Amino acid sequence: MSLEEKKQDVIEEFSMYDEWLDKYEYLIELGKNLDSYDENARTEEHLIKGCQSRVWLDWRLEDGRLYFTADSDAIITKGIISLLIGVYSGRTPREIADDDFSFIDRIGLKENLSPTRANGLVSMIRTIRQIAETHV
Amino acid sequence: MTVQELRNQFPALADSVYGKPLVYLDNAATTQRPRSVFDLWDTLSAHANANIHRAVHCRAVEATEQYEMTRDAVRDFLHAAAREEIVFTSGTTQSINLVAFCFGEAFVKEGDEIIVSVSEHHSNIVPWQMLCERKKAVLKVLDIDEMGVLEVDSLRKLISQRTKIVAISQISNVLGLVNPVKEIVRICHENDVPVLVDGAQGCVHAPVDVQDLDCDFYVFSGHKLFAATGTGVLYGKKKWLEAMPPYMGGGEMIDRVRFCGTTYAPVPGKFEAGTQNFNAIPTLRPAMTLLREVQNDVELMQYQAAVMETVLSALQSDSRIRLFGVPRRTEKKIPLFSFCVEGAHHEDLALILDKMGVAVRSGQMCAEPLMDRFGVTGMLRASFAPYNTLEEAEYFLRSLHKAMDMLL
Repeated sequence: MSLEEKKQDVIEEFSMYDEWLDKYEYLIELGKNLDSYDENARTEEHLIKGCQSRVWLDWRLEDGRLYFTADSDAIITKGIISLLIGVYSGRTPREIADDDFSFIDRIGLKENLSPTRANGLVSMIRTIRQIAETHV
Repeated sequence: MTVQELRNQFPALADSVYGKPLVYLDNAATTQRPRSVFDLWDTLSAHANANIHRAVHCRAVEATEQYEMTRDAVRDFLHAAAREEIVFTSGTTQSINLVAFCFGEAFVKEGDEIIVSVSEHHSNIVPWQMLCERKKAVLKVLDIDEMGVLEVDSLRKLISQRTKIVAISQISNVLGLVNPVKEIVRICHENDVPVLVDGAQGCVHAPVDVQDLDCDFYVFSGHKLFAATGTGVLYGKKKWLEAMPPYMGGGEMIDRVRFCGTTYAPVPGKFEAGTQNFNAIPTLRPAMTLLREVQNDVELMQYQAAVMETVLSALQSDSRIRLFGVPRRTEKKIPLFSFCVEGAHHEDLALILDKMGVAVRSGQMCAEPLMDRFGVTGMLRASFAPYNTLEEAEYFLRSLHKAMDMLL
């Protein structure tokens, strides 16, 4: 599935839920199902700054594509990061670096989360983008 | 006054968020404002906007009167000995920074010691740390026990010949327990150590008499007691304020300015450099008037005690909830509840509660050392004001349980 198709997929999935509590239920579910995170990468340097909860992000480059793994001590945040890496994992650094990440706005995540959380989201996106840019 | 009559004075309390009635339980951070406060603010902004103390024209005189009348009102509110002991600031943080800087300049030298408690707000820690760095002084920390109760008995051991000041909150913004400030002041004064009391939470919940407490400094913020933001108070005993150098230089704080040397205005003007927040400061008057009315209203106070009991017993009876700041028989607790839920992150709980219309605080509550003391990354805090109803308390508890069901 192309990056565009995947993003469209997520937007459609999210639009099925009218109520914010249902969206949270969905994110909680995503968070619970996120692949387990490498304990060795649970370090200060993998920590994303600017989130109220702690978020760790790890990555590897394989055959010219970036693969991300992540974890958080808060489950909704974990769901959000799961959403992000579900979209961007397995893409080329160029694809990620060129993306505008606007699908996040289209599912209404940014404006509907508290500013601290939105800041966290911005930090997550910035980190993923930075990793991609250093490998372009 | 009934709680509904009180609520009617606060338009924000009738608001809805996400289509649900707003249940505002972040009062320890900022309280909502009554109509009397923003009516005055509005009127003064429109019709008394002229720089105070300086000009002779009518508008400036009116603005000055409004500002200086407020000084008298704060003197009454705190029962201070003299109006000159009241300095206006932007808030508690600035008040403490002022004392830490100016008292520090005058009285703290290398090797001296300052005592704070582990349960202080960052605003009552960091200014003292900065002072210690500047003067190579030492910051010592008074501990609490597992329930969150201040270990006042240890204070005598902590105080030494080098102790210059003790800075302590009347009520911690996390624990909500009333500290025995009068006893602390007595112990400190026996050792000739002055005391700064952080009253940001304290003066909201019961009348304060600084002469009875005998504290040397008392500080609070207007936005936590119904007034405008950017309004704060520093009470200081005259002997200290007069012995301290100015904080900032500029207009209003001077006596004579010459390039060969400037002399300063007498207190409190010495500490009020530059253009003050002169249209907002007067909102302290209607705010303090209403607060006093509420505090003296037996019916309202009994109602609040019932809210307090409802929430306290509900939180204590749930084994998944760990409450911090648990009153024993002798401690008085205010309706401020910080807690963790086993297995659920405070941020997740706050996000879900928010979508149910309940505004609570999550995180470290500007008290990271206290979080470390309890070994947690953060807490959830619900803080009630006298305008919060029993129905709101019950809705909060139901919402909390629903959020817990979603997460656990």
